[in-house]
Amino acid sequence: MSTLENVDHSRSAYWKTNIRILAILLIIWFTTSFLLGIVFVKDLNQVRIGGFKLGFWFAQQGAIYVFILLIFYYVWRMNKLDKEFDVDE
Amino acid sequence: MDILTCTYIIVGLTFLLYIGIAIKTRASSTKEFYIAGGGVSPLANGIATAADWMSAASFISMAGLISFMGYDGSVYLMGWTGGYVLLALLLAPYLRKFGKYTVPDFVGDRYYSQTARLVAVVAAIFISFTYVAGQMRGVGIVFSRFLEVDINTGVIIGMIIVVFYAVLGGMKGITYTQVAQYCVLIFAYMVPAIFISLQLTGNPIPQLGFGSTLADGTYLLDKVDGLLTELGFMAYTSGSKDMIDVFFITAALMVGTAGLPHVIVRFFTVPKVKDARKSAGYALLFIAILYTTAPAVGVFGIYNMITNINGKNMDALPAWVQNWQKTGLIKMEDKNKDGLILYQKDQQKNELIIDKDIMVLANPEIAGLPNWVVALVAAGGLAAALSTAAGLLLVISTAISRDLLKNALAPDISEKKELLFARFSAIFAVVVAGYFGVNPPGFVAEVVAFAFGLAAASFFPIIIMGIFSKRMNKEGAIAGMIIGLLFTLGYLIYFKFLNPSLNNKENWWFGISSEGIGTLGMILNFMVSILISRFTPPPPKHIQQLVEEIRIPRGASSAIVH
Repeated sequence: MSTLENVDHSRSAYWKTNIRILAILLIIWFTTSFLLGIVFVKDLNQVRIGGFKLGFWFAQQGAIYVFILLIFYYVWRMNKLDKEFDVDE
Repeated sequence: MDILTCTYIIVGLTFLLYIGIAIKTRASSTKEFYIAGGGVSPLANGIATAADWMSAASFISMAGLISFMGYDGSVYLMGWTGGYVLLALLLAPYLRKFGKYTVPDFVGDRYYSQTARLVAVVAAIFISFTYVAGQMRGVGIVFSRFLEVDINTGVIIGMIIVVFYAVLGGMKGITYTQVAQYCVLIFAYMVPAIFISLQLTGNPIPQLGFGSTLADGTYLLDKVDGLLTELGFMAYTSGSKDMIDVFFITAALMVGTAGLPHVIVRFFTVPKVKDARKSAGYALLFIAILYTTAPAVGVFGIYNMITNINGKNMDALPAWVQNWQKTGLIKMEDKNKDGLILYQKDQQKNELIIDKDIMVLANPEIAGLPNWVVALVAAGGLAAALSTAAGLLLVISTAISRDLLKNALAPDISEKKELLFARFSAIFAVVVAGYFGVNPPGFVAEVVAFAFGLAAASFFPIIIMGIFSKRMNKEGAIAGMIIGLLFTLGYLIYFKFLNPSLNNKENWWFGISSEGIGTLGMILNFMVSILISRFTPPPPKHIQQLVEEIRIPRGASSAIVH
């Protein structure tokens, strides 16, 4: 009985950690695309890198690069987490 | 060798390659037919997903669309890539662990209800059909432009090819064909883009090139901003859509991407949960190669059009302009009879009409590249259209043979019969899609945009809640799905078909266009289902256990055996 409870406990800890990682990554996802690329695009466009206005660059380039990094970070982080909680395959 | 001969040879060779792969990797069981046996490597699945995802529209039209929309075009760039983050983080790993064959499978099992399954099947079939009709048309258009055959003949040739490898190969066959198709299409897209970038800015990387300087030292984007404002247009780097609309359209496309059945089903094909996460990453990486190049191609395109044509003498235009004039993609009319071509926002004075597709199609000629590159672009466009069509057709045939026949009408059917039936459904789906390709309903372009809104308002919320909420029950899910669908469909039909004259900012709810309304439909779906589920009984114990199970990666490879 106690081992079963332990499993339950560790599973819910695993899930909570997963949710926390998800929340942080989704905040970054939302910020780079919807905030930097859309809501604050005009303010950011005052800043320039080379020929790009920064807001425009985020909307047409930067956000996409960030998306890729987010997924690969999540892959790496979850593989680690799966091992920590002994739920990997 | 002339362009036509080159095109025939290259397109013919790629077709032989696709058919060869299909024969080698043909499916021999329902599991192979539906999900490629669940044994595709994450890299191969990522590449196949990218090819599946990028349609004829992404390949041929998107860069041109962006070059006329400027900043507003960002909705497509962010919208059609950001959804993969949602897929990788919120959907793919759990659906893989669930381990069945289709989206309606998940909906039906998780919500312990044949009604929910049926609503999901209808939505999946409807979404996929609207989408695939556009693809078959795309195949026809590429054929007619590059191989000089009639559009309808092109559609029929495309149908035969697709029937051959989708029916024979199933998911297994199309996965490996899509890997080959990705290679063809990305090569065909990048070669002209790199040469144009080099020609204009001296930088071989298009992603950097469009932020670089021209030969005269001014930045390309500043130059284009200046040229466009001079002609009466908005500056390229600022948009004309309201911020709220840009926000809602981007969200609808992202969430819609994550809810499209032909995308989701790809993550059932890999062996493990961690492979599902990883292959979403690969998919986005391979999509991003094209999607970060497209905005550069758009800027190069509009710059080349304006500087080569505007203000020039009609008789002294470059050869490529005259060539494309024959196809009707560039139209000119000297309205004021001064012998010069004038490009203006003001339609009374404007003398030049440019089709968006030309920004990609004419690139090899503008860059002065050899004929085989032009032929390659044709093969690339076909690869993009065929790979997407095959993926969609498979969803339709699976929905018919698996979700309707096996899971609802005839549960006792033998596997051999089910496989046969799956192949027949694929043929049926191709014929229907081909019919719409030959006789396109006038609203094809619009219904493709609908597919995203509908997927966003129906599938996305109930799948998310099916995973992240143990309390969500069938009453909530069915009500949410139906309300989300009806609301979105109603808004679209009202503004697109019933009252097109009212389709403007003043009449839209909160300033949201029909392209972005799926986001509101999704929010509505979430709210309705949460509310209803609180007043109805919680799901049975074994369903709550199922949810517990899909949250844990271990055991995914065995979960697939049913």
